[in-house]
Amino acid sequence: MKRRSTLPITRRGFLAGSAAVGISFTLPKAFAADGKVAFYNWDTYIGENTIAEFEKASGIEVQYDLFADNDELFAKLKGGNPGYDLIVPSNDFVERMLDADMLIPLDHSKIANIANIDPLFLDPAFDPGRKYSLPYMWGTIGVGYRKSAVDGIPDSWATLFSSDKYAGKIALMSDATTVMQMALKSMGKSLNDWSDENIAAAEALILAQKPNIAAFAGDNGQDLLLAGEVDLAMEWNGDILQAMDEDDDIGYVVPEEGGLLWEDALAIPKGAPNVENAHALINHLLDAQVGADIADFVYYATPNKASKALMSDDYLNNPAIFPPEETAAASEVSIFPGAETVRKIEDAWTRIKAG
Amino acid sequence: MSLEDYRQQPKVFAAFALPTLVWLLLFFVTPLTIIWLYSFGENVSLVNIETTWTLDNYVRIFQPEIMVLLWRSLWIAGIATVICLAIAYPIALVIATAREDKKPWLLLLIMLPFWTNLLIRTYALLNILGTRGRLNQALEWLWGVANTAVNRIGLGGMQLLGENFTPLKMLGTPSGVIFGIVYVSLPFAILPIYSSLERLDRSYLEASLDLGAGQWKTFRYVLLPMTMTGVVTAAIITFIPALGQFITPDLLGRGQVDMIANVIERQFKRANDWPFGSALSLFLLYITFVLLAVRSFYDSRRSH
Repeated sequence: MKRRSTLPITRRGFLAGSAAVGISFTLPKAFAADGKVAFYNWDTYIGENTIAEFEKASGIEVQYDLFADNDELFAKLKGGNPGYDLIVPSNDFVERMLDADMLIPLDHSKIANIANIDPLFLDPAFDPGRKYSLPYMWGTIGVGYRKSAVDGIPDSWATLFSSDKYAGKIALMSDATTVMQMALKSMGKSLNDWSDENIAAAEALILAQKPNIAAFAGDNGQDLLLAGEVDLAMEWNGDILQAMDEDDDIGYVVPEEGGLLWEDALAIPKGAPNVENAHALINHLLDAQVGADIADFVYYATPNKASKALMSDDYLNNPAIFPPEETAAASEVSIFPGAETVRKIEDAWTRIKAG
Repeated sequence: MSLEDYRQQPKVFAAFALPTLVWLLLFFVTPLTIIWLYSFGENVSLVNIETTWTLDNYVRIFQPEIMVLLWRSLWIAGIATVICLAIAYPIALVIATAREDKKPWLLLLIMLPFWTNLLIRTYALLNILGTRGRLNQALEWLWGVANTAVNRIGLGGMQLLGENFTPLKMLGTPSGVIFGIVYVSLPFAILPIYSSLERLDRSYLEASLDLGAGQWKTFRYVLLPMTMTGVVTAAIITFIPALGQFITPDLLGRGQVDMIANVIERQFKRANDWPFGSALSLFLLYITFVLLAVRSFYDSRRSH
């Protein structure tokens, strides 16, 4: 998943990556014992001392392994859990894993630090009541833009989906579902409402806007923005965050209609040998100071209210990390609509591409 | 031992053929069979496909939008092939008639791009062809020079060259995609034509010229017919891969000029519809077969 690959390289991404190669050959079979826990996380996605602090405080030894994307995580657990106790799937994969009965329910009484989490995150549609997962980090899809080329702030999806003001200077993403979802948002609809009329309306909207679109960018909307090929790009916040690092003239906004929220969540897979310790580790990760250290290092939005209180203004006021509260409230987490609907969406996309 | 001796030495022949056969079986027949089975299947869950011998996937190919994309792929590949041949023939001719000691170097120049990954070459093209790319920078500079000249001779008021420089839009258009395909296919087109030119007996050309045919007539009625095999091979070797391009339309076409292979790729990734993707790829394969059959039919008719 691209948003992970765009973390600032200065954050020891290379070191972590090369270490992962060495570690991931040893599966954590031997860890089914007291005082141990196997944690399977994204690359460059934890504080520098988070693990060491936990080991010191709890006396529990952590085997820390890394995966590159959700598909890898899913593939490794699909055929049976090789011994992991704690994993970090994204919201749509939490959903898939629940569908495939791959997660065990969390015992909230063992995780006192749930109290630190912003209530906004405690009842998502993909895991009602947070029975199986707790939020780790989150982000958005919004609009990256070149400040000097755009009038004010492009805070409406209509600028991208139904206006010719920036004709030929707009990049959308190339993923059918996500683009159609933002088209739905631009029409004031829920991005999870895939009625046939909504699919048809989104299709018509994008098809009509197609002549004004410069690119359906697969993985490089931020590059087009940096090169000046486009002035507006629908993108993951993490990608634009990196572009902003390189060019002060780049801004990011989640339009007022709201965008898409993604979330990576902590969950315990079925067959975990150290369920008890996994709960302890989750509790540790949700601690206010620990959460703040992680957020400060990985520079993604934390759902931990207590951690946010400890963070710098630089982090808290960065619109590419935190959208304003009303916008965040208007944004939605995507729900997997089922294979049949996905097929309808993809067929509509093919018609858009053929048109 | 000549190749015909295999009748007398079946064991030796088997020893040589076995690795090739195993290779073919493992990496060609097996995957193709799996794809073939998938094409008659349905998704039964997020991860499982069941072969139910449904024809649904093949019926779906005949949706109008798929036909549009297929037709687009055919004409883009066709134009790219024609352009490739037109460029490749003179280049091949130059190499074939070059001094012997220079030939390896000229051929090396043709092969050189192969040493760089296709993706990297395509990204380099992005850098050149963009609206802010090198090509447009050069054009803008030329426009500036010309415009100054026009002003100097007192015609500035007429805005002969327009008020401002308008960058050439290549990316996101069919011409950009065709350019990209020509660029990556050109070496494949040059080599077969070159080898047929190499084999050609030059005395035919001398005879033609001596007997009063001009340069053009010699080319049209002697050189071209005698190297037609190379040209046809070049055309096929350019056209078939061009038909299945998806990186070029994706990057140089900016997702605005999708070809059929983009639809296929999507089925195997985000759409998670492997059965339909399989049916589509096999359909493309069948089209290729038909084209090859047409060619051999044409060949056999000519040789009689």
